[in-house]
Amino acid sequence: MGQTLVEKILSAHAGQSLQAGDMAVCNVDVCLTQDGTGPLAVRQIEKLGIEGVKNPEKTVLFIDHAAPSPRKELSNDHMLLRAFAEKTGSQLSEIGDGVCHQVIMEKYLNPGELLIGADSHTCTGGAIGAFATGMGSTDVAVGMVFGKTWLRVPETLKFVINGTLPLGVYSKDIILHIIGMIGADGATYKAMEFAGETIERMTVPERMVLPNMAVEAGAKCGLIASDAMTGKFMEEMGRKELFTLVKADTDAVYERVYELDAAEISPTVSFPHTVDNTRTIDHDDCLDVSIQQVFIGTCTNGRIEDLRIAAAMLKGQKIHHGTRLIVTPASRRVYGQALREGLLEIFNDAGASINTPGCGACVGVHQGILGDGERCLATQNRNFQGRMGNVKGFIYLGSPATAAATALAGKLADPRKYL
Amino acid sequence: MLKGKAWLFGDDISTDHIAPGRLFHLRSNLPELATHVLEDARPEFAGKMAKGDFVIGGRNFGLGSSREHAPTIIKLAGVSAVVAKSFARIFFRNAINVGLPVIICDTDRIKEGDQLEADLEKGILINITQGYEESFPALPPVMTAILQEGGLVPYVQKHGDLAI
Ligand code: SF4
Repeated sequence: MGQTLVEKILSAHAGQSLQAGDMAVCNVDVCLTQDGTGPLAVRQIEKLGIEGVKNPEKTVLFIDHAAPSPRKELSNDHMLLRAFAEKTGSQLSEIGDGVCHQVIMEKYLNPGELLIGADSHTCTGGAIGAFATGMGSTDVAVGMVFGKTWLRVPETLKFVINGTLPLGVYSKDIILHIIGMIGADGATYKAMEFAGETIERMTVPERMVLPNMAVEAGAKCGLIASDAMTGKFMEEMGRKELFTLVKADTDAVYERVYELDAAEISPTVSFPHTVDNTRTIDHDDCLDVSIQQVFIGTCTNGRIEDLRIAAAMLKGQKIHHGTRLIVTPASRRVYGQALREGLLEIFNDAGASINTPGCGACVGVHQGILGDGERCLATQNRNFQGRMGNVKGFIYLGSPATAAATALAGKLADPRKYL
Repeated sequence: MLKGKAWLFGDDISTDHIAPGRLFHLRSNLPELATHVLEDARPEFAGKMAKGDFVIGGRNFGLGSSREHAPTIIKLAGVSAVVAKSFARIFFRNAINVGLPVIICDTDRIKEGDQLEADLEKGILINITQGYEESFPALPPVMTAILQEGGLVPYVQKHGDLAI
């Protein structure tokens, strides 16, 4: 019987042929933690009384959620992570290096590999034909020291997207549309596989948005087969020799196949306080929704491609006077590219505030906490109540183009009118 | 046997409701963080709940981030179990890993303040106040084994390895 992408990758890591529903112990190639989950993982490893990690070259401790540290308690957590990395030879990704999911793609994860991360958006890694899933600190701690984890092989929902995306519509709109369609628990415990000619034409950075948000539908992972586009990405990242083709079998068994026509997708926005609460931007509900803060960044849409889209719209313009714009490049690499291409100058001239690469305002720790009753349009993946540091704040989600249009208009705006 | 009162929380309780990012700096001080448990869903809960009480959710309880601090502080606060119609995947797995019982069953009939009892081995939830019983499915064997040891750390310590 043919295998889905997830069945194939997990079988290779369990040393036995697996299909959906099977339980297995799988070898882990890459482990990651961040500064919100890493300290607990480190303490669990200490509790286990184990010194050292199985594979220090591919165990990465990120300092990205509260970077630079806004409080002494967090500075102390960072010290704990640095000391652990030093002691075990694990990799440390410092303040300013960027968001874990971006950096893991730039430097560590290869097609066909298995990544577990103590961060829910670890599923981003599926964009290059890898199995990547988020877990808690204790699961990842066990993975770090034993180099393995237990998994139930998920059933797969396949999303086949064909056709050409209209101008002003991006991969972010596709995934918001899908989550609006299947719901915030529409893929709980399952894998989401994305395929079709629309996906095949996308670059890896564009693709990353889809599996990144798989967890917002409850999925365990999101996957895209690797192909020539993946090869090109691996070459750009300087790891050409580690590229491999990973594909599902043509006779693989799917729990359900959804077919979508890209031409029918419009710019889409999630309304507070759930990701599946979506509207297309031309819906009446989007009229005259004033926005006080626009945030462009995060592991979802803080890449150079996203910054280029927003900068092209903001060039030579000023953002609306009642609105502030925060731009946070996803990584040091992205920051450097944006600097060289003059994008940061465009943002600065337009009136934006540019932050250190990392999670920034996304997680409500610092760098953009909302005031009571304020509304924010963000390019992030999640709009839960309290997410941006204030339970009385309201978060709307959209693409970088929708964000730039909104920053110019001071209210929710259709990017197609600004292109 | 677990015994306590029901506190109703409804659908889509996220990890941001349970352990919000604005309290990120308390993650290395779990007893303090536990005094704020579920504060952004029901501000009075942490101060008024009694040890043994049950948290009752609706659909998709625990959606959102992977922060294990969320089930950890629910357990630390003394909650017997979380009962919900469905759970988000990472929260469910984390709850077992930290030794917090999670029960999947219909919660529509449970009212605020009902006296509940749960027998995890038999898979029965008893509503003493209203006088009815609800059965719930057993966990997968690997999760039962981990929960019986009190969590993943004691489980791995006992076996000296990760075996299922
Ligand atoms: S950018 Fe936001 S969603 Fe992404 S890892 Fe950071 S906090 Fe999580």
